[in-house]
Amino acid sequence: MTFKKTVYMTMVIAVVLTVIIGAGCSGQKMGDGQNTTTTAGSTIQLQGSGATFPKPIYEKWASEYGKVNPTVKIDYQGNGSGAGQKAILAKTSDFGASDDPMSDDDLKTASGEILHIPTVLGAVVITYNLDGVKEPLKLSAQTISDIYLGNVKKWNDEKIKAENPDVTLPDADILPVYRADASGTSAVFTDFLSKTVPEWKQKVGMNKQPSWITGVGVGAKGNDGVMGQVKQTPNSIGYVELTFAKANNLPTAEIKNKAGKFVSASLDSVSAAAAGSVAAMPADLRTQITNADGDGAYPISSYTYILVYKDQTDAVKGKALVDFLWWATHDGEKFGKELHYAPLPADVVKKVEGKIASITNGGKPLRQ
Amino acid sequence: MMVENSMPTLSRFGIGFLAGMEWKPAQEEFGALPFIYGTVVSSLIAVLLAVPVSIGVAVFLVEQAPKSVARPIAFMVELLAAIPSVVYGLWGIFVLAPFIREYLGPFLQTSLGFLPLFQGRLTGIGMLTGGIILALMITPIVTAVVRDVLEAVPVTQREAALALGATKWETTTIVLGNAASGIAGSVVLGLGRAIGETMAVTMVIGNSPQISASLFEPANTIASLLAANFAEATDKLYLSALIEIGLVLFLVTFVVNALAKLLIMSVASGPDRAKHT
Amino acid sequence: MASTGTSLHNRRKLVNTIMASLTSVCALLVTLLLLLIIGYIAVRGISSLSIQFLIDTPKPVGEGGGIGNAIVGSVMMTLFASVIGLPVGIAAGVYLSEYGRNWYGNIGRFVADTLIGIPSIIVGIFIYTAVVLPMGRQSGLAGSLALAVIIIPIVARTTEEMIRLVPNSMREGALALGAPHWRVSWNIVLPAAASGIATGAMLAIARVTGETAPLLFTALNSRFYNYYLDQPMSSLTVQIFNYATGPFEVEHAMAWAATLVLVAAILVINIFVRTLTRKRY
Repeated sequence: MTFKKTVYMTMVIAVVLTVIIGAGCSGQKMGDGQNTTTTAGSTIQLQGSGATFPKPIYEKWASEYGKVNPTVKIDYQGNGSGAGQKAILAKTSDFGASDDPMSDDDLKTASGEILHIPTVLGAVVITYNLDGVKEPLKLSAQTISDIYLGNVKKWNDEKIKAENPDVTLPDADILPVYRADASGTSAVFTDFLSKTVPEWKQKVGMNKQPSWITGVGVGAKGNDGVMGQVKQTPNSIGYVELTFAKANNLPTAEIKNKAGKFVSASLDSVSAAAAGSVAAMPADLRTQITNADGDGAYPISSYTYILVYKDQTDAVKGKALVDFLWWATHDGEKFGKELHYAPLPADVVKKVEGKIASITNGGKPLRQ
Repeated sequence: MMVENSMPTLSRFGIGFLAGMEWKPAQEEFGALPFIYGTVVSSLIAVLLAVPVSIGVAVFLVEQAPKSVARPIAFMVELLAAIPSVVYGLWGIFVLAPFIREYLGPFLQTSLGFLPLFQGRLTGIGMLTGGIILALMITPIVTAVVRDVLEAVPVTQREAALALGATKWETTTIVLGNAASGIAGSVVLGLGRAIGETMAVTMVIGNSPQISASLFEPANTIASLLAANFAEATDKLYLSALIEIGLVLFLVTFVVNALAKLLIMSVASGPDRAKHT
Repeated sequence: MASTGTSLHNRRKLVNTIMASLTSVCALLVTLLLLLIIGYIAVRGISSLSIQFLIDTPKPVGEGGGIGNAIVGSVMMTLFASVIGLPVGIAAGVYLSEYGRNWYGNIGRFVADTLIGIPSIIVGIFIYTAVVLPMGRQSGLAGSLALAVIIIPIVARTTEEMIRLVPNSMREGALALGAPHWRVSWNIVLPAAASGIATGAMLAIARVTGETAPLLFTALNSRFYNYYLDQPMSSLTVQIFNYATGPFEVEHAMAWAATLVLVAAILVINIFVRTLTRKRY
């Protein structure tokens, strides 16, 4: 075959392919446009995107809900809390997901009212790579803050020793690892430190992407990045989500809570933190539950949210979404345990029921 | 479009944006210098390491190795180009970083430790690791293009040189001289990949916006800053700062490209080239 | 006189030997590093590789899952991107080398060089604003367009370099025989540079097959088999990214297995294109 013939053939194939694919696209578009009403009876696909933290359980829900209600296909893609907020604002997804509640400014730019539906609870844990240290370290907010501010530079610093009198700590430089990307995990972590340590609040503050002190530590992208860095670098310390620590058997520190007790992160201690803050939950359910009251409360805990428009433009899709949310926050919670997510407290489920019931299509409630 | 969107920071920070040392989105402070520095230095390390090696490989494949050896090696080198950057990044964290921390770093510190380049603490994560990963990633691109360029130089030139009594290496230098523009093109391609690479660099460079003389210290690049934050940023001024630093990247690409071309041209038009062409 | 001649000769021989061994060392070094990386991928990936893995769709953790839909998505998007990107890129390259020796040719070259250096993530953002937002959702089409934007400058620049190397005597011969300029470019110059252009195209395709960043916001990803370009579409790289960044060991193993598949696929395409273009010679 000469080159000339190859070129011609490729071009012919290219043109034919383009025509076929083009036809396929336009054919598909007619039945499934953005704002047209999906016909009942056919398969309904719900697109969700956002936070990576709840990805394992949302994927599990999507799969299990497919068994309960085979006409609804749910596709969830974990691409980050910020991306989830952007997706719901730009309406590129049917629902968004975020660990961090949306800010008032962002909510104002939305074209409709956005509801925050809490789904499960998680926690941020402090993990470290210390050779020969078997028992879990005990750390207070002050000490963690000092490490990340660069005030405490060595593992055998008096401040760490005071909290861990029985542990032999090495005379080695600490390498703090933080999140380089904007992240709900950082928001929860810095929220806890800002609430408890004035110096932290003034120098770094609470932010999805705070201003880390230059020259102290290294940044990594994603929970997996921080985990990989800590695993690979002796004498490092980092913060990751509970699921990552549990699934990989990482050592985690016990953190001093508001009641003065050192508590390790577990489903129970996370639930305790949520229980301790239910009373203070605002009407729109947007809340941070770090440094919660209660002896058994783990102080760096957090809700994760699904974001939906209160008024759905597509009645059939809206109904499917509402039913799914109801199922997830009731029957779905039982799948959380083996994936290391704590279920919502009963009182919060009550509040969530009210929110789901308020979702409408053209003023008509979708949940009957 | 990009200029328009970066107006908020352009008007607010002006030229100071380029010279600023601090990058603190939470405090609305934006200085791009550490990122420019990190981008340029890491790409330069990559090119300095990768280009000589790639030219060596290409010369070996085209001028020296028998076809039966050259073909499988050429295939394999091209395969390197197909490995996703995430994988390079993972390999960097699990294999390269420990290697640098345990072996290469201490070796460099004992032999060249008097240079500020190789002082400071060794974590395995930092500018050097980023540069080496980038070098690995651009090697296949540079090699493949140089190889094709060399193959395209007419055989008659080699025959003429050999007939005049030149050694094989001298013949090669003539061939390289004639292929200079093509080699410059390959360097541009390699640099382009190095400057724009995001995922792998983010995973090993440490993402700390600082300017340090030591190559072992963490740094950050424009591309890795953008990769980590663009998708998630919602604040207007912050987005505008990110877009402006994207514009700066265009500028950096241009300057570095120009530098690379000048370098290649000066090498290529040295005494050798003048004699033989 | 005679002695200096001998020493010069010896020196030349020595330089020759040193340089020859240096290039061999380079080749050895790169090959070794490559084997190290591929070996590492193979060792970590082989255990999760199975027929089931190749045809399954992603499943919740602990229930298996695979990359079947990701393979389909990657093939469709890369194909569509090549269909758009290769002709445009090659045409641009031909133009730059055959007609572009003037100021607007230089501008074109500058634009191409700069485009090559743009991080692929910016291409993703650009397509997100230009295609995804107006369409109202992420789609395979948007993903393909993003990849095409990456392909074009690479192909244009390599095509240009390769065509430059076609001896002028060939052009002059054809022109002397009365062939019009476009015929010379199309029938004489292009075929003569075919092998080099194929390399450029291969490199470009290999590069986009390994791209994750531009697909993250454009094609997104999908849990299902999807054959429509206007829907979110899965790809091997995004799936690898998803698996690699997850918390569970099983996911990491699947990421390595998927990488192995990706690298093998590139190998096959590479061999295919090489044999196709080599036949001429």
